[in-house]
Formats: sequence, C-alpha cells, structure tokens
Amino acid sequence: MTHNIYLYILVMASVTYTIRMLPLVLIRKEITNRFIRSFLYYVPYVTLAVMTFPAILSETGSVWSAWAALLTGIVLAWKGKSLLQVSVCACLVVFVSELFLV
Amino acid sequence: MTNNNKNWFLKGLRDGIPISLGYLAVSFTLGIAAKNAGFTPFQAMLTSLTNNASAGQFAGFTLAAAGAGYLELAVMELIANARYLLMSCAMSQKLSPDTSLLHRLLISFDVTDEIFGVSMSVPGKLNPFYTYGLIAIAAPGWASGTYFGVLMGNLLPVNVVRALSVGLYGMFLAVIIPPARKSRVLAGVIFVSMAASFLFTKLPLIADLSTGTRTILLTVLLAGGAAVLFPVKEDEGT
Repeated sequence: MTHNIYLYILVMASVTYTIRMLPLVLIRKEITNRFIRSFLYYVPYVTLAVMTFPAILSETGSVWSAWAALLTGIVLAWKGKSLLQVSVCACLVVFVSELFLV
Repeated sequence: MTNNNKNWFLKGLRDGIPISLGYLAVSFTLGIAAKNAGFTPFQAMLTSLTNNASAGQFAGFTLAAAGAGYLELAVMELIANARYLLMSCAMSQKLSPDTSLLHRLLISFDVTDEIFGVSMSVPGKLNPFYTYGLIAIAAPGWASGTYFGVLMGNLLPVNVVRALSVGLYGMFLAVIIPPARKSRVLAGVIFVSMAASFLFTKLPLIADLSTGTRTILLTVLLAGGAAVLFPVKEDEGT
C-alpha cells in the first residue's frame, strides 16, 4: 500500500503542533496552586538533566571523550560562561580528545 | 517592534547560535534517516521546518519507511512528542498572562528541548521576541541540516559529527548548572535526576521503554517529588 509523503508530513506536523499549542493557549492565567507551580518550576531542570545523562555518553566515539565534555561543560557553566562558550568548548574537548582516544 | 522587543530578539539570535550549530549536526543524521525512508531533500526539509522534533521525526521517518498508516503515525507522534506537553505547560507560566493569542500560537510552533530550555533560563517573564530570535536562527539550522543530510549522506567526517553532537548537551548544562550554583535544592534535584536517568537505562522492563517515555516518567516523578519536598516560595517559581 502506498502512502502520500506530504500527507505523512501533514499528520506529523499537526499532531506535534497541537501538543505544543494546547497548554500555551489554554493556560492563560498564572497558576496559583503551590504544588503545580513548584512542579512546573522543577520541570525544565529535571527534563534537561535527564536528557543529558547518560545519553551524552553514547553520542561520541568513546565514553571518555564524552565524560571529558560533560565535566568541561559543568565546570564552565558553573563559572557562568555563556551558552555558546560552554557548547563550543564541549565540542572541542570531544574533537581533540578523540584524536588520541579513538 | 519596540526597542525592548528588538533587543530581546537580537539576544535570542546570539543565544541561538549554539542551538543552530547543534541542530545542524543532529539534523544531518536525521536527513540520512529521511533518505532511507524515501524522502527527497525538499520533503525532508519540509518535515523539519514543520515539525522541529528530533525523536518525533526519527520515529516518523521510520514508520513512513515501513509504509505505516496515518493513524498509526499520529499515535506514534503523540507518544514521541508528549514531553512537549509538559514543557508547554511550564512555558505557559513563564509568559505574562496578557501575552496575546498570536504570540502563543507562534511560540507553539517551535517548543523544542533546546528552545524551551533556553527560553526558560531568562530571568523573570519571557518576552516572546527572545524565543523568536532563537527560532529565527535555530530553525534554519535544523531544516538545512536535514536537507544536506539527505543530499550528501555521510560526507561530513564522522569525528566532526560526533564532536558537534555534544554541543546540545553543553547547552543544556549551561542552562541548568548556573541556577544550581545558587540553590542547593536545585543542585540536588539535578544530580538525582541524572542518577535516576542512568538507573532507568539499566532497570529491567523500564530500560525497554522508549527514551521519550522514560523522560516523561522521570520528569513527572522527580519534579513531582521535588515539588512536595521543596515547594518553591511565592516569589520564586517563575
């Protein structure tokens, strides 16, 4: 059975957009419930932390270059370096360390 | 566009550079998946422009390659992208209540892990123009990377792709670590999140769940637990 690729794209885009749009359009007021406020406050930190580790370890050619990038990123971010600096340094650490490791 | 909006837009453009570079690398590999599913470079680029969702697109290309039905594809997208529902909920509180419907509809277009994370990192309320700046530079990176991925396959040296692929994680760290320096609770929450995430990849049954589902489970459990144990004071939480 053949399907139309443009219909595939339309289905993917509509579902994805709706998921993102509903909360932003429906929740117009500030939530006053303390638990929900606290929950939503923690959401970005938990989500980003969960997505970073251990996924980063399997992104590179060696777990050691990934660990080096992770630690470099944490230290630089701790020191308050910008998004661009932290990000580029993490990439460089992987690139350089893999010249020796892989 | 008022001066304030313009400044936020420009700041967004600048902060979006690492997102765009990271996207370029990730979407390049996405393009290879699209090619295997029989998408032309244009179709793959169109998918990226209209979806802006890494896991969702990977899943979509895989299903398309298998000739899946439209309903099946819709359900798959719902599961792969459900985490954006949580992100949008959190983001709704970052916007001033009088933010117009149009702004809300436009931002919804590109709530990705990265754009969400960076948008949430600004102090106080979010000016939509900051997010537009991020999108203006990140979305073309995502779309063109996909385009060239289909077109050129494995042309980029593999060590360059691998190095670029940690860029997005570097950015996540730059978002979550600085506030953790000021709050021990937050530092603890981040550490526990990473440890639990590691554990979830090892536990029987749970390890078999998709990455997206594990992310949702961990977010609900840990952010919920933190909210019960360490509720934020009234002046925080935004």
